[in-house]
Amino acid sequence: MEKLLQVEDLHVSFKTHGGEVKAVRGVSFSLEKGETLAIVGESGCGKSVTARSIMRLIPEHVGKITKGKILFNGTDLVTLPEKEMRGLRGSQISMIFQDAMTSLNPTISIGEQIMEGIVRHQKLSRAEAKAQALEMLQLVGIANPERRLKQYLHEFSGGMRQRIMIAIALVCKPSILIADEPTTALDVTIQAQIIDLFKTIQQKTGVSIVIITHDLGVVAKIANKVNVMYAGQVVEAGTVREIFYQPQHPYTKGLLESMPRLDLDRDTPLAPIPGSPPDLFAPPAGCAFAARCQYALEVCRNHQPAYSSLGTTHQVACWLQDPRAQTVYPLQAAK
Amino acid sequence: MLSFVLKRFISMLITLWVIVTVTFFLMHAVPGSPFEREGKALNPTVEKNLMALYNLDKPLAVQYVSYLKSLVQFELGPSIIRSPETVNDMIGRSFPVSAKLGFFSLLFSVIAGIALGVVAALRHNKLIDYVATIISVIGIAVPNFVVAALLIKYFAVEWKLFPAATWGTWKHIVLPALALSFGPMAIIARFTRANMLDVLTQEYIETAKAKGLHPAVVILKHALRNSLLPVITLLGSLIANVLTGSFVIEKIFAIPGMGKYFVDSIYNRDYTVIMGTTVFYSTLLIILMFLVDIVYGIIDPRIKLYKKEG
Repeated sequence: MEKLLQVEDLHVSFKTHGGEVKAVRGVSFSLEKGETLAIVGESGCGKSVTARSIMRLIPEHVGKITKGKILFNGTDLVTLPEKEMRGLRGSQISMIFQDAMTSLNPTISIGEQIMEGIVRHQKLSRAEAKAQALEMLQLVGIANPERRLKQYLHEFSGGMRQRIMIAIALVCKPSILIADEPTTALDVTIQAQIIDLFKTIQQKTGVSIVIITHDLGVVAKIANKVNVMYAGQVVEAGTVREIFYQPQHPYTKGLLESMPRLDLDRDTPLAPIPGSPPDLFAPPAGCAFAARCQYALEVCRNHQPAYSSLGTTHQVACWLQDPRAQTVYPLQAAK
Repeated sequence: MLSFVLKRFISMLITLWVIVTVTFFLMHAVPGSPFEREGKALNPTVEKNLMALYNLDKPLAVQYVSYLKSLVQFELGPSIIRSPETVNDMIGRSFPVSAKLGFFSLLFSVIAGIALGVVAALRHNKLIDYVATIISVIGIAVPNFVVAALLIKYFAVEWKLFPAATWGTWKHIVLPALALSFGPMAIIARFTRANMLDVLTQEYIETAKAKGLHPAVVILKHALRNSLLPVITLLGSLIANVLTGSFVIEKIFAIPGMGKYFVDSIYNRDYTVIMGTTVFYSTLLIILMFLVDIVYGIIDPRIKLYKKEG
């Protein structure tokens, strides 16, 4: 498989009144054709900023990509002129936002909002654009597309709105779809429908998906690969099996343990990760998670852990997994 | 649609009737009479005859009913002071002048106001934003007669570009229209800027950018339309205000518009002219409010004025 998107050592900073916030600090990952990558992590860990950096949609006057490369089919998007970047947005790389209610224009008809992208990128006539819009609405499962095309946002339900968002994003047949918390604003049954829709569309169009979420249930259902982010860094990356069945980073373990489980007794309390993420105005010198980590060592507080490979697809940034670390046998093994 | 228009029409009539009634009785509650000049009363016999001529000797209730009767026939009555001219004649002669002046000043204030507001919002907290804010604050704070005086001094007296006063060619319109438009322009600019700033932070603007649309398209198609809604509300009353003329501006530029009659009539207790101009102004305002509602429904599809059948 060829590498469609390759992010290398991405750094993004925001200027605020309090100083510079280093929101993304050295993120690297790659995405192949037809693959689904999930980026998970708690609020403020830099997952949305990473996604917006790929679209180059971070607000210009406050946010800036300070270092790194974003290679899309070999072209570096970080240095690409804005005009060429606009040509890619919506046609090659599309984005879906969290809340379709606020992410669609309330005073422009749905049809026009779907069609303007086609007209912009594919230079089609309005009649041809309309035909494509109708086809797209059908694909995302909206009945009566002909009539629906003329309607406005307030005439649709929450799930329908998200379907329209997806239709808008996919109408130019992009090769990458970035979905920023696409199911967070929806109720559970609709969430499942939307996730199924993503899968169907991927099968039909072969689009690669980057899905940003904090919902591990969504990850398990849709992703091939998972990046776990913490305080602006990827702390663990692997296939969905590796992350769910052999989590190695204490933060990943903590995330999985803090999920409610159906197979445990109802009275079992949830196991949250104590503490809160570090201040990104002044990120700690060592591992960002050290302050909350029950396994933290002296070295964790003072030195950044490097990535240790645990197989071809599984990488973790943790001193416990460093090849130089002493081998510790778990207690069960000693029994 | 038809039943909506009918309903609105009836409610407009009721509103107008309330305005007429309140004005009528308030006006008669104010002491003084049309025939009194600087405290000097007329010869009692003459005054009595005059009162009888204009039906002012009858009880107030009778006068009120007969006024309503003539109003229904669009007959606003004779002017007491400027007899034999009728109020209809006065409005018919002066309103086109005021309306023409108002139209051009409105045109300028809308275009310049919106442009100023948009530019200020796009360059938020930059130099041009501060300049625009200063212009708007001055526009709201400085009375238009001061602006008028300055315009006359420079454009008419020093540079001799436009005539200083009177009415006639298009050149005569420029200075009074500019003077009149300064205030409304400032208000529109402030409104547009505030709404635009709000709309620009909305997520659908992000979506529009994510489609790869040109920034100009994002601003004009997605942002401006939604920021103009509150401005349109404002326009209804601004239009009525400006079209019916400004007493001060018309006085300064010696323009034969409506503003003069409106103010003079109150000085002179010229009852029929007071009523006539008030009714005319109110009707215009009510109609414009109705039009604003219609335009609202066109611009924002979320606003439904009436239920669609089927």
